[in-house]
Amino acid sequence: MDLARNWRLKDQRFRLEGTVCAECGAKFFPPRQVCTECKSTNLTPHEFDGHGELYSFTTLRSAPMGYEDQLPYVVGMVKLDEGPIVEAQITDVNPDALKIGQRVEMVTRKLRAYGDDGVIVYGYKFRPVANGA
Amino acid sequence: MRDVSVVGIGQAKVKEHWERSLRDLATEAILGALKDAHVDHADALYVGNMLSGELAGQENLGALIADQVGLRGIEALKVEAACGGGGAALRVGYLAVASGQFDVVIVAGAEKLTETSNCLTTASLAMAADGDYETIHGISFVALNALLMKRYMYEYDLVPEDFAAFTLNAHANAVNNPYAMFRAPITVEQYKKSRDIADPISVMDSAPICDGAAALVLMPTNRLNGNGARAIKIAASASGTDSLGLQDRRDPLWLSAVEISSQKAYAQAGIAPQDVDLFEVHDAFSIMSVMSLEAAGFAERGRGALLAREGQIGIQGKLPLSTMGGLKARGHPVGATGVYQAVEAVTQLRGQAGKNQVPDAHIAMTQSLGGVAANAVTHIFTN
Ligand SMILES: [Zn+2]
Repeated sequence: MDLARNWRLKDQRFRLEGTVCAECGAKFFPPRQVCTECKSTNLTPHEFDGHGELYSFTTLRSAPMGYEDQLPYVVGMVKLDEGPIVEAQITDVNPDALKIGQRVEMVTRKLRAYGDDGVIVYGYKFRPVANGA
Repeated sequence: MRDVSVVGIGQAKVKEHWERSLRDLATEAILGALKDAHVDHADALYVGNMLSGELAGQENLGALIADQVGLRGIEALKVEAACGGGGAALRVGYLAVASGQFDVVIVAGAEKLTETSNCLTTASLAMAADGDYETIHGISFVALNALLMKRYMYEYDLVPEDFAAFTLNAHANAVNNPYAMFRAPITVEQYKKSRDIADPISVMDSAPICDGAAALVLMPTNRLNGNGARAIKIAASASGTDSLGLQDRRDPLWLSAVEISSQKAYAQAGIAPQDVDLFEVHDAFSIMSVMSLEAAGFAERGRGALLAREGQIGIQGKLPLSTMGGLKARGHPVGATGVYQAVEAVTQLRGQAGKNQVPDAHIAMTQSLGGVAANAVTHIFTN
């Protein structure tokens, strides 16, 4: 399923590649072609280092089709140190111990599978690290 | 541009209609609206719908439904703006009449969400969000709202019970609406005990999955002739957008599209927020009510929940909300919802809301949101 689409997104999924505006320095993830701050179209690729803090999170008790086998799982909004917010699953975690502001880092994990013989999609998730890291 | 009035309304009961199809529900609503308007023809039909393709394998709803209601041949289109499709269809219908292009236009909203399994519906509703950067992570539409609610509670030091009054109000109002899905009042105890879907959002914070259809007939205000008696004027029609994904917002707790479309609508109607007599808010989740009240100018930032706690949102309050049950208790058949809101606003301004009649109602506002307010369509009605 969605072979071309998942292949096309490999730089984002595996390396958090976004864009940076050559005019005003604003950084974007997901990448975009027009700067929201100065409307410049002079944007170049930028790889984010994957560190940030938890802006918000929630534990899902009911899942969209294709994610039921992962229940319950935690998703979050991560505010990267370099600016943008990224949404992803928060993994390797006890949800009861999570707090807004918790330091997190990017890891690569399986996002979902399309059936027993279908494509497996990999990409970024985030996991807690000791505060200060 | 010409002034536009609503001359007819129709609606089917919102529920899980296992025995009825999308075309069946849409036909009931449209025939009801035509009868109410005392007209038997129309120049065009615009149908708000989100998921007919995904859930029923059926697109091209314009032609399908125009034919079903006996109007084969007229211009007819589906209008899509995720869960805001109903409001967007009204906006398109309004433009068609205001511009002078057409004299009689039907606006309908129709949605069947119970056509398939619950988890497919959940996955499909998430199409309102960013597929490449939100949905792929298993983030459901409820989860997006939960992320905002948890952060909102953190920043403004609130607990889930602070949001309960919105749910209680919606259910209390739906008791007297025969078209509503839930007709029993609920208590704070029931609210507190309800099961989490994605914390802090529980079943009691979120609108139900259901089916329904509603319809309006629009005409130019100066051509009403015999239809004038119960006509309600559309004093403003405005819409605005925000980024699709929450990750692209500098300030995720501020609904920019709501602010943009509300401000345009106030300017067009020549009113201020305090002039609004009732507000059909997009209460798909309690947090959406709270953030909409703030962005639309009814409450200061961080104080939207207080309006409900202070008892201002009831039928007799300063700003009655969800007067016929809202999305929470009338039900939220997504692409139809914006049209239900307009039907209810017209019912109030005609003075036909029965036990839920807002006293001295002259200005009603409706707001239909697509995605997490990536699209916001606001209408203001006057009598
Ligand atoms: Zn720039």
